[in-house]
Amino acid sequence: MTASFIILAALTVAGTAAAMGLRNAVHCVLALTLGFAGVAMLYLQLGAQFVGFTQILVYVGAVAILAVFAIMMTHNDKPMALPDSSSAWVSGCIVAAAVFAVLARAIVSTAPSAQAQPQPVAPVQQIGDALMHRFVLPLEIMGLLLTAALIGAVVIAMDRREEMK
Amino acid sequence: MTWIVQYLWLVPALPVFAAAISALLPRRSRIAAATLAIGSMAASFLISVGALLHVLANRSGDQILTCNFRWFQFGNEWLKLGWMLDPLTAVMIVMVTFVGLLIFIYSVGYMAHDENFTRFFCFLALFAGAMLGVVIANSLLLLFMCWEIVGLTSYLLIGFWYNKPEAAAAAKKAFITTRIGDLAFLLGMVWLYARSGTLLFYDGGAGCLEHSALAQLVAQTSVLGMAASTGIALLIFCGAAGKSGQVPLHVWLPDAMEGPTPVSALIHAATMVAAGVFLIARIYPLMSAHVGIYLTPTIALQVVAWVGAITALFGALIAVAQFDIKRILAYSTISQLGYMMMGLGVGGVAVGMFHLITHAFFKSLLFLGAGSVIHGCNGEQDIRRMGGLRRLMPITFAAYAVGMLALCGFPLFFSGFWSKDDILRSALTWSVSRAPFYMGAFGALLTAFYMTRQVFYVFGGSNRLAASSHDDPKLAALFEDPHHHAAQHPHESPAVMTVPLVILAAFAMLLGFIGTPAWPWFQSFLDGTHSTLAFSAFSGVAILPVMISSSLLVFCGLGLGWVLYGHKPIQSADTLDELGKLQPTVFSFLGHAFYVDALYSATLIRWNTWWSKVCDWLDRWVWNGAVQTVSYFVVGIAHLDNFFDASIVNSGFDEGCQGVSRGGLILSLLQGGQIQSYMRIIGCALIVLVLVLLWGAKI
Amino acid sequence: MNSLQSYLLLSSLLFSIGLVGALTRRNAILVLIGIELMLNAANLNFIAFWRYGPAPQALTGIMFAIFSISIAAAEAAVGLSIILAAYRHSRTTDLNQMNSLKG
Repeated sequence: MTASFIILAALTVAGTAAAMGLRNAVHCVLALTLGFAGVAMLYLQLGAQFVGFTQILVYVGAVAILAVFAIMMTHNDKPMALPDSSSAWVSGCIVAAAVFAVLARAIVSTAPSAQAQPQPVAPVQQIGDALMHRFVLPLEIMGLLLTAALIGAVVIAMDRREEMK
Repeated sequence: MTWIVQYLWLVPALPVFAAAISALLPRRSRIAAATLAIGSMAASFLISVGALLHVLANRSGDQILTCNFRWFQFGNEWLKLGWMLDPLTAVMIVMVTFVGLLIFIYSVGYMAHDENFTRFFCFLALFAGAMLGVVIANSLLLLFMCWEIVGLTSYLLIGFWYNKPEAAAAAKKAFITTRIGDLAFLLGMVWLYARSGTLLFYDGGAGCLEHSALAQLVAQTSVLGMAASTGIALLIFCGAAGKSGQVPLHVWLPDAMEGPTPVSALIHAATMVAAGVFLIARIYPLMSAHVGIYLTPTIALQVVAWVGAITALFGALIAVAQFDIKRILAYSTISQLGYMMMGLGVGGVAVGMFHLITHAFFKSLLFLGAGSVIHGCNGEQDIRRMGGLRRLMPITFAAYAVGMLALCGFPLFFSGFWSKDDILRSALTWSVSRAPFYMGAFGALLTAFYMTRQVFYVFGGSNRLAASSHDDPKLAALFEDPHHHAAQHPHESPAVMTVPLVILAAFAMLLGFIGTPAWPWFQSFLDGTHSTLAFSAFSGVAILPVMISSSLLVFCGLGLGWVLYGHKPIQSADTLDELGKLQPTVFSFLGHAFYVDALYSATLIRWNTWWSKVCDWLDRWVWNGAVQTVSYFVVGIAHLDNFFDASIVNSGFDEGCQGVSRGGLILSLLQGGQIQSYMRIIGCALIVLVLVLLWGAKI
Repeated sequence: MNSLQSYLLLSSLLFSIGLVGALTRRNAILVLIGIELMLNAANLNFIAFWRYGPAPQALTGIMFAIFSISIAAAEAAVGLSIILAAYRHSRTTDLNQMNSLKG
């Protein structure tokens, strides 16, 4: 519970809470970007540098932008109404709160593990080795998956109006 | 075993094969059918002559030759059948095949215009085969089987013109009446088998007519103190009585004249009705088996003699008052059969069989002659409408006259005289009673009388056929038809019909000489003794007196007949019978055959009809009711099942399905299409899961 | 409370915030980014356990997180393209109006 942790945590929570609560979708995404950045910094604090930078690259650099594109293309850049039925909004919050409560209870009630461990090192070279040796199969499958997702996304979102003419 | 005995089975088998092949021929193969039948009978005749010659040559050896075989096995025993050759058999098969052959040839002419010619010859051949089977059978069972086939063919042939209701009724009557006798026959046969263990007559000492079996049967007593042999013999005699038309079971014979005349000649004169007499002759050892010293004749033989005597007189009385040419001959046959039975009863096998042989020839001659007359008169059978035929049908008249004199027993040159004398002589010397002799004598007088009456009606005077046509529209139409070839007057029959008549007439005259007292060759042939020609035999006991008295009776009868019927020729068909004028009530009583038929139909037939109605009622209401109840019950269960299936099972199933679909409808309300509500539920599930894990871990 | 528990609490908090968004927002894209947020929370969980777990030299946590990130990216791409296609069809991204798959 160091100070850096608390600051980063607060930043992340604020960003994500704003992302979920703001009325303007673009504002939501921008807040989300802040949240993602906060998570990346948490990764860095935990010593997973590669994952942290990957988080910046992928989430902040791609996913958030993609979301913005999608918002623009679906003409949602104007502010929207919050959920219409307050009951749905309330029940969703209740469920989420209950989930958090339960998970927190589970976390808190477990016995704390052993002594603090030293910071493990995760050099990129080792990550690369692991990717190429131990995790080569998931890597290849991931490549396939990304290819399929790429092609699929293109196909699904393609404008068919020229074909129909 | 000599070859003739081994092949003796061909004698009945050949006609049966001929019948079998004829049965498959189409109706137009008339020549084939006739050839088959006549050819097979000729072949059987030749084999029979060969058998007779063998027996004649073998007089000093074993008289009875048998050929037995095993038929089928049941339990530890074998049922054996077989055939035999002895003098009795040889004589009978020669007679049956010879007379049968002549009648077959005659039938070719008589049935020439009938469209069912082929069927006729098929049945005739079958009858001949079966009759020959009866004769050569060495087993009572085989005899019975052939006996039944003979009865069947008699039914088929009497009812040959089945479109006529009278013929069909007569055939049925014949079959049923003989069946009653056959039932007793079967009972006797079963009893015999039970007591003696075999049905073979002669089996090298073990047969049922041989000494050891007979001794056993005579010794056992049964109901009413009768010996078993007597009981069996009486039961078998019932069968013979049915077949041979003895008194209570005679009613079928006159009606059997509905069949074609060759049938009447062959079956109901010469052969089938003689089968009963032959049967008694065959089982004569059983009938005459007695205990100890021979004092009086056995009860069985006494019964046979009395029944025969009564039948002889009965038939003769009725024949006096008949007007149908064939019916007179039918009642005459009944009477003569009575004589034969009487002869067997009082005198033994030889006496009865001699009359059977001679009767076969002259009675078939008379029937064939009657057939010739009927053919010539275009189907007319009433003697009142005939007349004057002696000029129009001379050959027939001559043959008929010979037959008539033989039947009457005209002295010396006619066979009937010698055979009937044998019977009367044996009756005179019968130790039990003289009554059969007197009955026989009176019957002889009546025989002469009614035959004379018939001959004068048919052949004497002038032809009354044309004169009577004025009253009969059918006959008048016949006369006016120019195409009918003999519409104007009766004519002589073709040669194919008259030649057999002549041959039979010759035999009717000559056959008597083989059995005269001077040289009783026939009797000794059957008895197994020897005899020589000795005119001194005429001075033996009762021979000449009986000859003279019977001749006197014959002359009396002839004279009476001439006085009443021949003296003044009968003018027209409508004049009353002379005897009828003298004694109208007696005449009509005799004419109705003592009202026996009426008695039977009032009693037995009525009871039978009542009983059949009762059975019908039982069948319709009781058995049928039970079956119907069961079926209604089953139908009810089926309906119940249907109800159960339709309403309970189906509706239960339908309800279940509807419940499932209603449940599905209700559950589908959960699917609102709102994704976020789904996710909320997932969230709740997650909470529950984690709680369970937490508490599980705690516990 | 040690470091691990604090990180875990944080990740569960992030998860529930993401869940709130996914359950309550009407815009489909915002629901999707809520889901992305939940994935991030899980990744954080993995990295925390890698850091404070028993065998950090196996790099299992990092590997998992890397793959998770790439899958999340692919999923975001496909999901957004689906939303685009649905938008073209029905002219709206309002989730309350996309309810034709109902019983």
